[in-house]
Amino acid sequence: MKAAVIVFPGSNCDTDCFHALRDVVKVPVEYVWHKSQDLPKVDLVVIPGGFSYGDYLRTGAIARFSPVMESVIKHANDGRAVIGICNGFQILLESGLLPGAMLRNKTLEFICKHTWIRTEENLTIFTGQMEPGETLCVPIAHGEGNYYCDDDTLKSLHDNSQVVFRYSSEEGKLGEEFNPNGSRDHIAGIVNKKKNVLGMMPHPERSSEDILGSSDGRKIFESILTALE
Amino acid sequence: MMFKARIHTSLKKSVLDPQGQTTLHALESLGFKEAKGLRIGKYFELALEAADRKKAEASIHAMCDKLLHNPVIEEYSFEIQESPS
Amino acid sequence: MPALDSTTPITPELIVAHGITPEEYQRIKDILGHEPNITELGMFSVMWSEHCSYKNSKPILKLFSKMNAALPHQENLLVKPGQENAGIVDIGDGYAVCFKIESHNHPSAIEPFQGAATGVGGILRDIFTMGARPILLMNSLRFGDLAQPVSQRLFRGVVAGIAHYGNCMGIPTVGGDIYFDGSYEGNPLVNAMALGIIKKDEIVRGAAHGIGNPVYYVGATTGRDGLGGAAFASKELSEQSHEDRPAVQVGDPFMEKLLMEACLELLKTDALVGMQDMGAAGLTCAGCETASRASTGVEIDLARVPRRETGMIPYEILLSESQERMLVIVKKGKEKEVEAIFEKWDLHAVKIGEVTPGNKYRVLDAGKLAAEIPAKALADEGPVYTREEEKPAYLEKAQQLDLRSIYEPKDFNLTLKRLLSHPSIASKAWVWQQYDHMVRTDTVFYPGHDAALIRIKGTQKGIAVATDCNSLYVYLDPFEGGKIAVAEAARNVVCSGAKPIGVTNCLNFGNPMKPEIFWQFHQAVAGMIESCTALETPVTGGNVSFYNESPQGAIYPTPTIGMVGLLDNIEKRVPSAFQNEGDIVFLAGETFNELGGSHYLMLEHGLKQGLPPRLDLKREGSLQQFILAAADTRKLASCHDLSEGGLAVALAECCIKSEEGLGATITDLEGIRKSQKGLRDDALYFGESQSRAIISVKPEHCKDVRNLAQKQGTTLFEIGKVGGDTLILEDRVRLLVWDAANLFDRTIPNVMERK
Repeated sequence: MKAAVIVFPGSNCDTDCFHALRDVVKVPVEYVWHKSQDLPKVDLVVIPGGFSYGDYLRTGAIARFSPVMESVIKHANDGRAVIGICNGFQILLESGLLPGAMLRNKTLEFICKHTWIRTEENLTIFTGQMEPGETLCVPIAHGEGNYYCDDDTLKSLHDNSQVVFRYSSEEGKLGEEFNPNGSRDHIAGIVNKKKNVLGMMPHPERSSEDILGSSDGRKIFESILTALE
Repeated sequence: MMFKARIHTSLKKSVLDPQGQTTLHALESLGFKEAKGLRIGKYFELALEAADRKKAEASIHAMCDKLLHNPVIEEYSFEIQESPS
Repeated sequence: MPALDSTTPITPELIVAHGITPEEYQRIKDILGHEPNITELGMFSVMWSEHCSYKNSKPILKLFSKMNAALPHQENLLVKPGQENAGIVDIGDGYAVCFKIESHNHPSAIEPFQGAATGVGGILRDIFTMGARPILLMNSLRFGDLAQPVSQRLFRGVVAGIAHYGNCMGIPTVGGDIYFDGSYEGNPLVNAMALGIIKKDEIVRGAAHGIGNPVYYVGATTGRDGLGGAAFASKELSEQSHEDRPAVQVGDPFMEKLLMEACLELLKTDALVGMQDMGAAGLTCAGCETASRASTGVEIDLARVPRRETGMIPYEILLSESQERMLVIVKKGKEKEVEAIFEKWDLHAVKIGEVTPGNKYRVLDAGKLAAEIPAKALADEGPVYTREEEKPAYLEKAQQLDLRSIYEPKDFNLTLKRLLSHPSIASKAWVWQQYDHMVRTDTVFYPGHDAALIRIKGTQKGIAVATDCNSLYVYLDPFEGGKIAVAEAARNVVCSGAKPIGVTNCLNFGNPMKPEIFWQFHQAVAGMIESCTALETPVTGGNVSFYNESPQGAIYPTPTIGMVGLLDNIEKRVPSAFQNEGDIVFLAGETFNELGGSHYLMLEHGLKQGLPPRLDLKREGSLQQFILAAADTRKLASCHDLSEGGLAVALAECCIKSEEGLGATITDLEGIRKSQKGLRDDALYFGESQSRAIISVKPEHCKDVRNLAQKQGTTLFEIGKVGGDTLILEDRVRLLVWDAANLFDRTIPNVMERK
């Protein structure tokens, strides 16, 4: 398996994703500059976190118009794997690859802390190594991770098993007290209908090594590796 | 011709606006009991060139649809006036 | 000041308005050989302000350099204080760390969000102009009483501003220290520290070498924002200060992120000669300092400077402190390569001039001479004053404390709860959860530890950093307080297992023209030097912030220390909190009847009085050597420094911060009582005697640890055991860890969370 990490002006988790893939999961990986028209031949495209274009208009709103995004959309439409983390998730929403939008956190403040997320769906290439209901300790770091969609979209997300991760307690209990940002239905990550595009607010690349306090996030990368090898 | 447009985007009525609610609460606690509702949006001031007003309006709609607002959560409105070039 | 234009005649009033004394004006005329024009007067006024020239502090700051020169291993100090934008210390294997702390107090008092944000932006530019990649940020913050709405507003704004800038830059903010005290009402302190990593052979100098080399302007456009900010930082805050708002700059972290990436990419080419950011005193400072360091001249034409406002005159362009701008000197003939890199990052790089023979900073405006000043005279040869000193009158009374009049509290449980709920002691999670403290995936010890710990990928090394200053101690005894500030910051770093390697400091004081303030300043520096000498930690530089006064008076003198430590093998790190049920708890170090300046005395008895605890540097050195030796042999399960609130608070923190909410049963304090005749129980529980730490040790390692302590001459008292869900201290304290955590964790959110 080969991976590419897209770099937008203002990306700041690009090197972290690169490190997790190359040095932890041991996957060949390269950076792709946002002005590039084409993608190299890769199996997985990672859209990393950060503040693309300063997030000045809306998070992810300007990045979606970068030249490379056309190739990313094509890559996704061809059924190949894309994972957008944090700002990457926001870019996927703005680009229409995933449904919904992000609102400011209910606290109105940026929040960086470890959260527990519950695996809702393990029949995806991103979650194959987890049991259904398995919880993972993965940190969040965002000011706008309050996922929003209308009732119809929410129903269709559930009907098609597109909700992959929800915020929960360590034991997997759902509740407002475990939802850090006010996200609708405690949603932390969703996939598209074809289940080849994942967007998630928590950062698996920040929880892939024990020295960082948790290595649960590594399971997501390992799931992808297993599915795509 | 040069035009000046004032564009407003704000969250749709159906979408919760925690920023607006918090600010309303702050007004209330400052004694402004008459404040009954508050929503926060963004304001853009755009200078643009167009052949006529109709064309200017059309291009503002296009800009809003393509970039300036997110139709999933936001709505927009604008006023336009001719400005001396 | 009335509107200026380039033909404005120089009047005595105008000279006074620029903060220039008649003697200084005469000196300017001597240097130039003629009367300055308004542009030149403006340039001298900002470069000779305290903020840029350190004219009032230089004679005292020189003591740091003198001390450094007498330390062993000074070859590790690669860039010394005052030489460049930040100091650099060798950490071995070809790497070095570049770090500095700087104040942004006055801008933050006026506009907390932008003031703090641009403070972060400025300190980061100081690091990456040296060629180092910033890898961490810390902040030392001081506010007034948190119960006051005005303090809450400043606190909220400052924290959000730091978060805004640091988070967007993708540099983790990994900790710092925060205190709340009435003396900071109206004059909060915002001291931002950054640390970067650099290969030893890639250090960039802020010097304009090579006659004919082009000088580029890169980054944001120049506006009138921040006009005269350096001069603004050099006066006291008054009611009127709030009308000076235009002097506060607005930050653009996205622009700075691009600037940082482009500059670091440029560094990898061989085109780069020198870099200097345009911070305080903007283009004036960048131009004359780069020329001065290289002993060359620099000529620029202002007509080429990108602007965001129309009608700006040379005076305004030269004095503007618009943020996110850099001056870059490159090799002649490499222009295309340089421009391509900046273009890649969507940055506009404009050639505004070149390096010239001679020693003048020559400024043209569309080819017409606007100003011409010898660069060294402007940058380095400003006036230096030896200010009057006088021991303050308040000291005698403030130092008095008759312990016989202090009654011990009946309920120690309640006193402990009160201490844990004081905002200066309580958890700061509300703050650091707003900071992205994990980005770059190197943060090993999160904020809330004694020191933050960052790994260096590709090596086994870790860098530990702590900031600290107990300013009440400094107020009550500036010399001892200065000593303690250094020793305690070093102890914080040592408790994580790292060896202290260098100090940066931010010296926040009142108006230096007042002899009592200057005396505090001199004494505190002398105290710091005593500790730095004993602990063999060089001072790499920092910043002085005077005039921290509001109409209510001067702040407590606050010489904030940023201590950097090196851990050669990060696997040998030591956490602060208890780790395992059954581990043995020791108190290392001796306890005395010391209650002066303690948090306990302030909270329980309403007194900010007495002599602060005495620091014996020999004892301090032994303790630190012992901890490092025990950490090196991996015999410590945890180690936590004792500070505000003393033994009881430290033990509570060891429990609260443990992952499982571990309790401890501490029944054996008789040994300590016996070691110190007449030791009061409140001093034992809540006193703040120096050079102490709580360590926990697996039973099988106790013997080794005792031996190590004996070898280093540190007294060790076995006081109890980790376990259960309750903190028990003899029959005086019994506190469920869950309840203690609730008090500790909820204090600040209860005040700050939006209803």
